[in-house]
Amino acid sequence: MTDLIKGLYRVGEPIQDTKAPGGPIEQRWTTRKFEAKLVNPANRRKLTVIVVGTGLAGGAAIATLGEAGYNVKAFCYQDSPRRAHSIAAQGGINAAKNYKEDGDSVYRLFYDTVKGGDYRAREDNVYRLAEVSGNIIDQCVAQGVPFAREYSGLLDNRSFGGVQVSRTFYARGQTGQQLLIGAYQALERQVKQGPDDKERTVDMFTRHEMVELILVDGRARGIIARDMVTGKLETHLGDAVVLATGGYGNVFFLSTNAMGCNVTAGWRAHRKGAYFANPCYTQIHPTCIPQSGDQQSKLTLMSESLRNDGRIWVPKKAEDCSKDPRQIPEEDRDYYLERIYPSFGNLVPRDIASRQAKNMCDEGRGVGPEVLERDHDGGERRVRRGVYLDFSEAIERMGADKVSEKYGNLFDMYAEITGDNPYETPMRIYPAVHYTMGGVWVDYDLETSIPGLFCSGEANFSDHGANRLGASALMQGLSDGYFVLPNTIRDYLASGPYPKVSPDDPAVQEAEANVKARIDHFLSSNGTRSVDSYHKELGHIVWEYCGMERTEEGLRIAIDKIRALRKDFWSNVRVLGKKDELNQSLERAGRVADFLELGELMCVDALHRRESCGGHFRAESQTEDGEALRHDDEFCYAAAWEWGGQNEPPILHKENLVYEFIELKQRSYK
Amino acid sequence: MKITLKVWRQAGPDAKGKLHTYQLDEVSPDESFLEMLDMLNENLNNRGEEPIAFDSDCREGICGTCGVVINGRPHGKRAVTTCQLHMRNFNDGDEITVEPWRASAFPVLRDLIVDRGAFDRIIQAGGFISANTGSAPEAHAAPVEKKKADRAFEAAACIGCGACVAACPNGSAMLFLGAKVTHLGRLPQGQPERWTRVRAMVAQHDGEGFGGCTNIRACSDACPKEIPQDVISTLNADKRSAYFH
Repeated sequence: MTDLIKGLYRVGEPIQDTKAPGGPIEQRWTTRKFEAKLVNPANRRKLTVIVVGTGLAGGAAIATLGEAGYNVKAFCYQDSPRRAHSIAAQGGINAAKNYKEDGDSVYRLFYDTVKGGDYRAREDNVYRLAEVSGNIIDQCVAQGVPFAREYSGLLDNRSFGGVQVSRTFYARGQTGQQLLIGAYQALERQVKQGPDDKERTVDMFTRHEMVELILVDGRARGIIARDMVTGKLETHLGDAVVLATGGYGNVFFLSTNAMGCNVTAGWRAHRKGAYFANPCYTQIHPTCIPQSGDQQSKLTLMSESLRNDGRIWVPKKAEDCSKDPRQIPEEDRDYYLERIYPSFGNLVPRDIASRQAKNMCDEGRGVGPEVLERDHDGGERRVRRGVYLDFSEAIERMGADKVSEKYGNLFDMYAEITGDNPYETPMRIYPAVHYTMGGVWVDYDLETSIPGLFCSGEANFSDHGANRLGASALMQGLSDGYFVLPNTIRDYLASGPYPKVSPDDPAVQEAEANVKARIDHFLSSNGTRSVDSYHKELGHIVWEYCGMERTEEGLRIAIDKIRALRKDFWSNVRVLGKKDELNQSLERAGRVADFLELGELMCVDALHRRESCGGHFRAESQTEDGEALRHDDEFCYAAAWEWGGQNEPPILHKENLVYEFIELKQRSYK
Repeated sequence: MKITLKVWRQAGPDAKGKLHTYQLDEVSPDESFLEMLDMLNENLNNRGEEPIAFDSDCREGICGTCGVVINGRPHGKRAVTTCQLHMRNFNDGDEITVEPWRASAFPVLRDLIVDRGAFDRIIQAGGFISANTGSAPEAHAAPVEKKKADRAFEAAACIGCGACVAACPNGSAMLFLGAKVTHLGRLPQGQPERWTRVRAMVAQHDGEGFGGCTNIRACSDACPKEIPQDVISTLNADKRSAYFH
């Protein structure tokens, strides 16, 4: 291990083995499936798998493992597995079916995804993703997912950002909802109908939040879950644990995430030894409804699919920015994405579209109400933060009815939130935090650095590199849940069942004691500030200094501010009520405590990566055109961080990314 | 805007509840209803009073988690969820009564939070298509007539919020049930289990304590996703046909 670098971290051993087999890339997954040990069907009922999170990745895994005959204990913090935030995904799911016969293939989907990730994803995982993508569509159709169809009765497709083929399957603007309902129904089919039910295999614990991971002899053997209705802490033990707990975008407070989305499950695992990789790779989605005031609790996404037909523009002249957009003639409109990127136009990838929107507003040509902003040195400025997403040309071309058929629910949602009618006036949009490419580090088997602990879906750092393409999160969640995890976890489970763990085991007792101490502390600190006030302040810090554009100076300021905020939180937070009852402030306190640690790691990661790639943009590293400039010679690796200990610096383990099948290039969408 | 809120407070499932009155003086019309409750909770916290417990998650009208009765109307307004309702729909000086969903099948857990586990149990009874992972044929093996696909989608858009139950004087969940039966029953993939599904789901619905349907139509009026009333007709038709299959 090296000495302290920049005063912030140390470098440890590199990661050598990801468990991916060698050979031609199109055979690696087949090889791994064959080499992974099998579990005899009669032995599966002796094994228990704990799955935390019931979104696409979690729900699909629970259903599949349950169908296979394993005992599954499933947990979600919501009142039903169907509430997972996968439900909100709008635009669609990619698959290399090539139904449009427009040049698509497994290889092209693989290539587009690696390129879209700015050459910072693990090749093997991405190829596999593309390989199983077609099977996902088959499975969803079989479950009754009502994808959009053409008059022929066959499935319809559309295009998405960063891609020139039409490979996205969708269900109007509610694709995530329909996919999740499919997985949810498959999950519910396996839920036990009483303690004597010998046929079904899933125990579903709703309104239960995982608050600690239990390790015995270095293996993940269970969790402590808090019953959110009674406050009771429960110990649940098994042979393996799967975390499918989603992304950490809520560290920014304002994001498109749901209110309850959090990093706690992954972070507790991180503190017990699970590496956390690339936390600075956060995705900012270009088309969200702009913030309207200080009371805002979240930002609403307007699907990327709108960019298929809508045109993005700002006025050419700053003085036109306060005018009614319908009064601004064509020649005074700057369709800037079409101008700067002639071949991809409005369908450039998200990081590029977001940065350009920010640039236009920084130049003084944003639209909408002025918002007050603070500079790094404390000065104030008023800036309009919005750009237009205009459907007038599409409405004229297709007719309002056809536009409504494709995007109806999105238009209604926009109207309800803003009070404006998008059929008559252009929508105002602005980038917002949406997705996190970083997450718990996993190998080719989706196993973390803790034996027996697996991580799937957005919660892992996986397949999207430094930037995720639209319609690929749904693809990854279901790929992990239906087809990958059930095939890789069997290799681990084949060596089980692992020795029974007693509730009196010191590891269990210690975990329970730590959780109790934390909860007791929150309820007794009797400070003056609410949990939400800390969350909002943390959100401001990371949005300002670790958002769309990052600098060395800004990141150092952020790290200092976060440390100070965290110190204050632990002594001054006020959480009322009791622990043995439903207590939402107490729930949030635990989540914000973990965000206050993750936020710091995110900034350290961003500071150490002195290049720009995908969603991580360092102002010091850009091309002449203002695009992200990578330094492949120095940074072509995944940064997997190991917890160094309380108030100790983290330890960096580099996983070198080797591209055998794709040539690294400067990403261009011009 | 100045707003007076009368909010149902109930400490636990077995506690007696009652309406408490709160005043808010600076409510912006652009705020959402739940953001207003957040603001109220911040004030309560600062005063040392326990905040009001209410469910919400996505805050964009798709997860179905949120849901309160506002001035006697589930979700407060036509075709929106509680989280989508914005304060520009109210006037300065308004008095707003806020209550949880009322139905014997939805017991109150605390304040405005109710237990909707009955909905999951109805789905467990038959709201699925049995297609084990890996057994699916190629996606285009069975084309689906666009009209049927659109109808299935329309019914599948149900978010499981329970507003229909809260609105129904009989506490019936027929709209929720009808939506799922219609969604799966219109598709070719749903045919093999079409009759067993409707029988089992209706039995579970009745067993949970939801009431019967007397065609009042308060349900589709309250539904934030505008699930059409005729999914109940479809449900009834399938239930009858199930006798012969």
